[in-house]
Amino acid sequence: MNETEAVPVPAPAEVEENYLSAGHTVRSWLLTTDHKRIGLLYLFSIIFFFAIAAVAAAIMRLELLTPPGDLVLSATYNKLFTLHGVIMVWFFLIPSIPNVLGNFLIPMMIGARDVAFPKLNLLSWYLFMAGGLLALHAIIVGGVDTGWTFYTPYSSRYSNTHTVEMALGIFLSGFASILTGLNFIITVHEMRAPGLTWFRLPLFIWSHYATSLILVLATPVLAITLLLMMLERIWGLGIFDPRLGGDPVLFQHLFWFYSHPAVYIMILPSMAVVSELIPCFSRKRIFGYKFIAFASMAIAVLGFVVWGHHMFVSGQSVYAGMIFSILSFIVAIPSGIKVFNWTATLHRGSISFETPMLYALGFIGLFSLGGLTGLFLAALAVDVHVTDTYFVVAHFHYIMVGGTVLAFMGGIHFWWPKITGRMYPEKLGQLAALVTFIGFNLTFFPQFVMGYLGMPRRYHAYAPEFQIYHVLSTAGATILGVGYLLPVIYLLWSLRHGKKAGANPWGATGLEWQTPSPPPVHNFAEVPRVTGEPYDYSPQEEEKKAEDDHA
Amino acid sequence: MRFPLFPDQASTLAPKVDELYFGLTLLSAIMMAIIFLPMLYFLYKYRRGNKVDRSPLRIPLWKIEVTWTVIPLLIVFGFYTWAADIFFDQERPPAEAMDITVIGKQWMWKIQHPEGNREINELHVPTGRAVRLIMTSQDVIHSFFLPAFRVKQDVLPGRYVTEWFQPTKVGTYHLFCAEYCGTSHSGMVGHVIVMEPADYEEWLRVGKPAETMAQSGERLFRELGCSGCHMGNSQIRAPRLEGLFGKPVPLADGQIVMADEKYIRDSILLPQSQIAAGYAPVMPTFAGHISEEELLQLLLYIKSLGLKQPEETR
Ligand code: HEC
Ligand SMILES: [Cu+2]
Ligand SMILES: [Cu+2]
Repeated sequence: MNETEAVPVPAPAEVEENYLSAGHTVRSWLLTTDHKRIGLLYLFSIIFFFAIAAVAAAIMRLELLTPPGDLVLSATYNKLFTLHGVIMVWFFLIPSIPNVLGNFLIPMMIGARDVAFPKLNLLSWYLFMAGGLLALHAIIVGGVDTGWTFYTPYSSRYSNTHTVEMALGIFLSGFASILTGLNFIITVHEMRAPGLTWFRLPLFIWSHYATSLILVLATPVLAITLLLMMLERIWGLGIFDPRLGGDPVLFQHLFWFYSHPAVYIMILPSMAVVSELIPCFSRKRIFGYKFIAFASMAIAVLGFVVWGHHMFVSGQSVYAGMIFSILSFIVAIPSGIKVFNWTATLHRGSISFETPMLYALGFIGLFSLGGLTGLFLAALAVDVHVTDTYFVVAHFHYIMVGGTVLAFMGGIHFWWPKITGRMYPEKLGQLAALVTFIGFNLTFFPQFVMGYLGMPRRYHAYAPEFQIYHVLSTAGATILGVGYLLPVIYLLWSLRHGKKAGANPWGATGLEWQTPSPPPVHNFAEVPRVTGEPYDYSPQEEEKKAEDDHA
Repeated sequence: MRFPLFPDQASTLAPKVDELYFGLTLLSAIMMAIIFLPMLYFLYKYRRGNKVDRSPLRIPLWKIEVTWTVIPLLIVFGFYTWAADIFFDQERPPAEAMDITVIGKQWMWKIQHPEGNREINELHVPTGRAVRLIMTSQDVIHSFFLPAFRVKQDVLPGRYVTEWFQPTKVGTYHLFCAEYCGTSHSGMVGHVIVMEPADYEEWLRVGKPAETMAQSGERLFRELGCSGCHMGNSQIRAPRLEGLFGKPVPLADGQIVMADEKYIRDSILLPQSQIAAGYAPVMPTFAGHISEEELLQLLLYIKSLGLKQPEETR
C-alpha cells in the first residue's frame, strides 16, 4: 500500500458528510464543481447516449438478418449507422472512461481535493451536453446519412440531410474534450500529493496523461476539419469539393489525423483501468511498471503518424502508403509490450476472479485479437482487399467494444463500491461478464470471415452467401444485449440493497482506497503523504491471510 | 443457407494476397498461443489458495522487456516487407495492359471498352491478359471492389485513378462499391464476367458499336474545335499532339512533367495550370462543356496519337 502518514484526523469521527449526501437538489448537481459529481453527470449522460446508439445497432442487426433490405428503407439504414457511429464514438467511447472514471479518480489517486480547474470541468460537461443534444436534435428532425466519417464531397454537397447541425454538435463536444484534457494535464502536473513522484503514480494516471495529450493536440484538428466542411456546405468555400477546385482526399487526411489518435483516446484509458485491475486481483506488483508507462507515451506519440493507413486505397501515393504501413506495424509494439507485462504480472500472483478481473482478462483477450487483426490492416496488400469490408468493422469493434467497453465495465464494477459505498452482487456480476464475452465474440468474430469473403460495410442489402454470418452476428448481438442489461439492473438494485462496501473492499493499494466510501466532499480529511512505490501488493501475505481466514 | 469460408481466387494477385493472409493468420494464432497458454496456466496455478511457490523471480527485468520488444519488431518488419512487395506490384500495371474506362456515379458503374462497347454494372474481361481500369467519378467518392481479384480502389471525382488485375479463372464474380456513396450505396453492385479470350473477342464483336473510343475522341476533337488549333496549319500556334502521350513535356515554368492521363485531363480542363514551353496560354478551358465520358474518349484518342510518330519534332 502507499504508505501514508495520515496525521490522525482531529474530531469528527462520526459519519462525515460524503459527496453524495452533501446536497440533494437538482441544483446541487447541475452547478456542482465536485469532480466526483461531474464524473457521475457524465456517467448518466453517456449511458443515455449509449442506449440510443445501441438501439440503432439492434435495428441494423435485425435488418441484416436477411439479404434484401426489407425492414427499413436504405435511407433509414444509412441514418442508423451514422447515428450509431457518431453517438458511440463521440458521445460514449471518447468520454466513457476519461470523463467518468478519470474525473472521479484522477484527483483521488493523486491525493488532491479536486481537478486543477473545477469550474472548467463543469463547463466541459455543459459543452458535451450541448453538443450531444444538438446531435440528437439533428437525428430527431431527420437524421444524417454521411456515416460518422463525413467524407466529402458527399457530406459537403450531395447529402441532403442535417449534416451541418450534426457536425456542429461534434464540434462543440470537441471543446469539452479539449478542456478535459487540459484540466487533467495540469492536475497531474500541479496537484500531486507530497511524495507522489512521477514514477510513483498509478499507471491509470500515466495512461490518462497520455490520453489528455492526444485530446489537446488532436481534437482541434477535428474542429477545423468539420468547420471547413460546414463552410463548404453553407457557403460553397472550395476546400474539399473538386467542383469548387478542392481536394476530397485532403478531407480524409485531416479527418484521420484526428480520428486515428482518437482510437487511442478510446483505448489508452481502458489500458489505464486494466493496469489497475490486474495487479489488484493477482496481488502482485505490476510487472514492468516503467515499460508500461512509457508504452502509453509511445502510443500517444506514434498514434499521430499513422493516419494514412485508413487511406491505402484512397488515391494517396504508393510511397505514402508504404511509410504509413511500416509506422502502423510499429505502433503495434507498445500495445504488445503492455499485454506481455500484464500476463507476466499474473505469474506467481495470488489470483482471484471477481467480476472486475474477469472483465480485465476478457479485455486482454479481445484487445489482443483486435490488435493482431490490426496487423492485417497494416499489411498493405491485405488491407487493399479488406478495407471498407466487415473485416474492418470486426477489427475496430474488437478494440472499441472488446477493449474499451469491457474495460469500462471492469472499472465500473471495481470502483462501484468507492463511488456508491455499496457492493454489487458478485455472482451476477461474474455471470454478466461471461455473457458479455460470449455474446461479443459471437457477434463480431463472424464478421472477420465475411469481411475477407468481401462483404462491404455500410450495406443495407447484401449478397445471399453472406447471410449465415449475419445471422450468427445478430444472434450474438442478442446475447451481448443481455450482457449489457444485466449490470444495469443489478447495479441499480445494489444502490439500495448492496452490502456496505467500506473504504477498501478489494484490499487495493492506491490513495482512492484510503478514504471512506463514498468519499467525503474534499476526498481526504488530511492531505496524504506518499512514501512508497505503487502496487505494493504481496501475494505471499495474501496467501497467508487466506489460510488464516480458513483456519 | 450457404457456408462459404473463402472467396474465389480469380486473379494472378489473389493467391499472393491469400498467402500473406494465411501467414498473418498463422502469426496471430501463434501470438495468441504465446500470450494465452501461459496466461491460462498462471491463472490456474496461481489461483488464490493453491499452495505453490510465489517468491519473486530474480531475472533482470530489462532482458525480458527487450526480448518481447525486439522479437515482435523483427517479425513485423518481415511482414511489412512481404505485404509492401505485393502492394508495390499491385500498384504498377504492366505496360501491355489493356485499358478499360470506368465512370462511377450515384449509383451505377458505367464502363466503356476501347473498342467502343459499353456496359453498365457489368465488366467483361478475358483471362490471361492484364486489364487496367482508368476510373473517375461524376459525383462523390465510390470504390471499385472486386473481391475475387483482391483489388479495390477508391474512385474519385475530378481525377483519374487506376486499378489493374489479370483474371485467371472463367466465371462471374461480384463487383461492389466499397466506399459509402449515399442512399443506394448497397445497390451499386454488379458483376465482372471473366471469359476465354476467344469468347471475349466474340462478345466484343457482337456488341460492336459504330465507333471505337478513339474514333469518338477524334470526332469530338473536331467538333469541339481542338483540331482548329492543334492540327494542320491553323493561325494559332499550338503543340501537335502526336507522340505526346507518355513522354516528358517541358513546361513554360521550367518544370518537366510526364504526359499521363492526369496531364491530359488537366490540359483540357485547367489549361492555365500547366503551359507547355514555347506556347502562348491561349487554350480555353473545356470544364463544364464536356462530360467525363467524352473526356475519356478524347484521352484515348490522344493516347492513340501517342503511338504515331510526330510529324514534326516537338
Ligand atoms: C484556341 C486554340 C486551342 C484550342 C481550341 C485547344 N487548344 Fe489545346 N492547346 C493550345 C495551346 C496554345 C496549347 C499550349 C499551351 C498550353 O499548354 O496551354 C495547348 C495545349 C494542349 C495540350 C497539352 C499539349 C502539350 O504538348 O503539352 C493538350 C493535351 C491539349 N491542348 C488538348 C486540347 C484538346 C483536347 C482540345 C479540345 C477539347 C484543345 N486542346 C483545344 C491551344 C488550343
Ligand atoms: Cu487508424
Ligand atoms: Cu458506394
